[in-house]
Amino acid sequence: MLPFRIRAAGDAALVLELPAVVDEATSARLIAIADAVRSRYGAILRDAVVGYHTLTVYFDPLAVDGAWMAGELEALAASDTASAPPSGGSVDIPVCYGGEFGPDLPDVAAAAGCSPDDVVELHTSRPYRVFVIGFVPGFAYMGPVDERLALPRRSSPRTRVPPGSVAIAAGQTGIYPMETPGGWHILGRTPLRPFDETRAQPVLFRVGDRVRFHAISAAEYARTATW
Amino acid sequence: MAITVVRAGMLTTVQDLGRWGHQHLGVPVAGPMDWYAHRLANRLVGNPDDAAALEVTLIGPELATDAHVVCATAGAEFELTAGGRSIVPGEAFELRAGERLRFGPCRAGCRATLAVAGGLAVPPVLGSRATSLISRLGPFGGRALQAGDSLPVGTGPRRPPATGAVRLAPPAGGARLRVVPGPHEDRFAAGTVEDLPARRYVVTPESNRMGYRLEGPPIVHSGSADMLSDATPVGSIQVPASGLPILLMADRQTTGGYPRIATVITADLPVAGQLAPGDWIEFVPCTRRQAVEALRERVAALQGLRP
Repeated sequence: MLPFRIRAAGDAALVLELPAVVDEATSARLIAIADAVRSRYGAILRDAVVGYHTLTVYFDPLAVDGAWMAGELEALAASDTASAPPSGGSVDIPVCYGGEFGPDLPDVAAAAGCSPDDVVELHTSRPYRVFVIGFVPGFAYMGPVDERLALPRRSSPRTRVPPGSVAIAAGQTGIYPMETPGGWHILGRTPLRPFDETRAQPVLFRVGDRVRFHAISAAEYARTATW
Repeated sequence: MAITVVRAGMLTTVQDLGRWGHQHLGVPVAGPMDWYAHRLANRLVGNPDDAAALEVTLIGPELATDAHVVCATAGAEFELTAGGRSIVPGEAFELRAGERLRFGPCRAGCRATLAVAGGLAVPPVLGSRATSLISRLGPFGGRALQAGDSLPVGTGPRRPPATGAVRLAPPAGGARLRVVPGPHEDRFAAGTVEDLPARRYVVTPESNRMGYRLEGPPIVHSGSADMLSDATPVGSIQVPASGLPILLMADRQTTGGYPRIATVITADLPVAGQLAPGDWIEFVPCTRRQAVEALRERVAALQGLRP
């Protein structure tokens, strides 16, 4: 059992908080508790959202007594019944690196003291865990990125990042699902849509998934682009 | 049967009670800024509370109809004419085929709900007809209405129109909003939450359906202003490094990385939703129990029963 505390976030949400670290054990534990919460209380909860070290549950305070819900969360967090490590899915993401799709690739290479090809090699060499989904629909915060690529955010964010842009910052990587402002370093672009509200599964990822990137050519991008 | 937008007004959107159940995918809830007005307007025309309706902001639209419809507004008080007839706010009224509904000056509050009997039958997206402007999700691709847009009127489930429901008077110039401390009150100097009522904040023009940026005495963190991202409920008062708080409203993002000193109670969100740039806010701490009691009173007022 990890130490925890439960906090009120107003009258319609409770936060179960584990120690503030970014690691797989914390993430796996939160997902296990979230799964248990959904299966037991799904009918009375409006939402259950996993953060890096938190699980937030939303409810109607006239239908669900907050003190009772806090007790239920506490019992789940303190027991082992919710500790079975959930097996995340695997997602493979094709990326066309560099060029017009990856305007920051040369800068990232310079900062890391290696070639752009080395950056691609480092970015594609390991699977990343989806820790949090937020910011905009379908944006997955994934990590950890190789330390050699752990740059801080850009000093001046772009006002418009094209959808599909694959980017890194602060030890994390992610894909912009729609055109938004953004401060991450853009390495390339994927032809896939991370978010599409018309799909049966609107988002490509779930928290806990393993995501791998692989390089594709500009020709393959053009052939498979869904944008 | 459809309503056509002749003039869109400042910011007119389709809303229902929100796109719940998808926040774990990063999908904002959206929904009305004033949930009380949304429910009341729907009840006045005999709709279920979650029927889709229009949220009108400060400068209202002009609308035309091709069929006889029954409408009602609640929330902000606009001067309103239907086919040239002056409308009393808070009562259902008729708009006949070919007539126009014109919103005039807004006399009190900031946002009105216009409900139409049968509800607006725009196609739902992920189970909801709410417009999320920040994620461009919902009817019309998640944008505000434009002149020429056509809104189909539904034949949704009906119930007897409400009679005794109590209207909430929009706040005049500002409001005291009750808050439950936390979840991150311990990231600020001791006594900061208790001290909130002594600090007056003003809603700045950099405010929208996503949140209100406030100006006033900076709130000082006891440590870092950066946190690991977690879920951000509506009503959260988040405090970035500047110390100037941001009150998260209906179209907030699902997650954020700033400490949140307190959370406006559900019962007072309709009051918050009626504030406009220039209005003042004072935050007054209360307990969770008091918050639920206040919500019970609000719902009783909506049902036409005196608490």
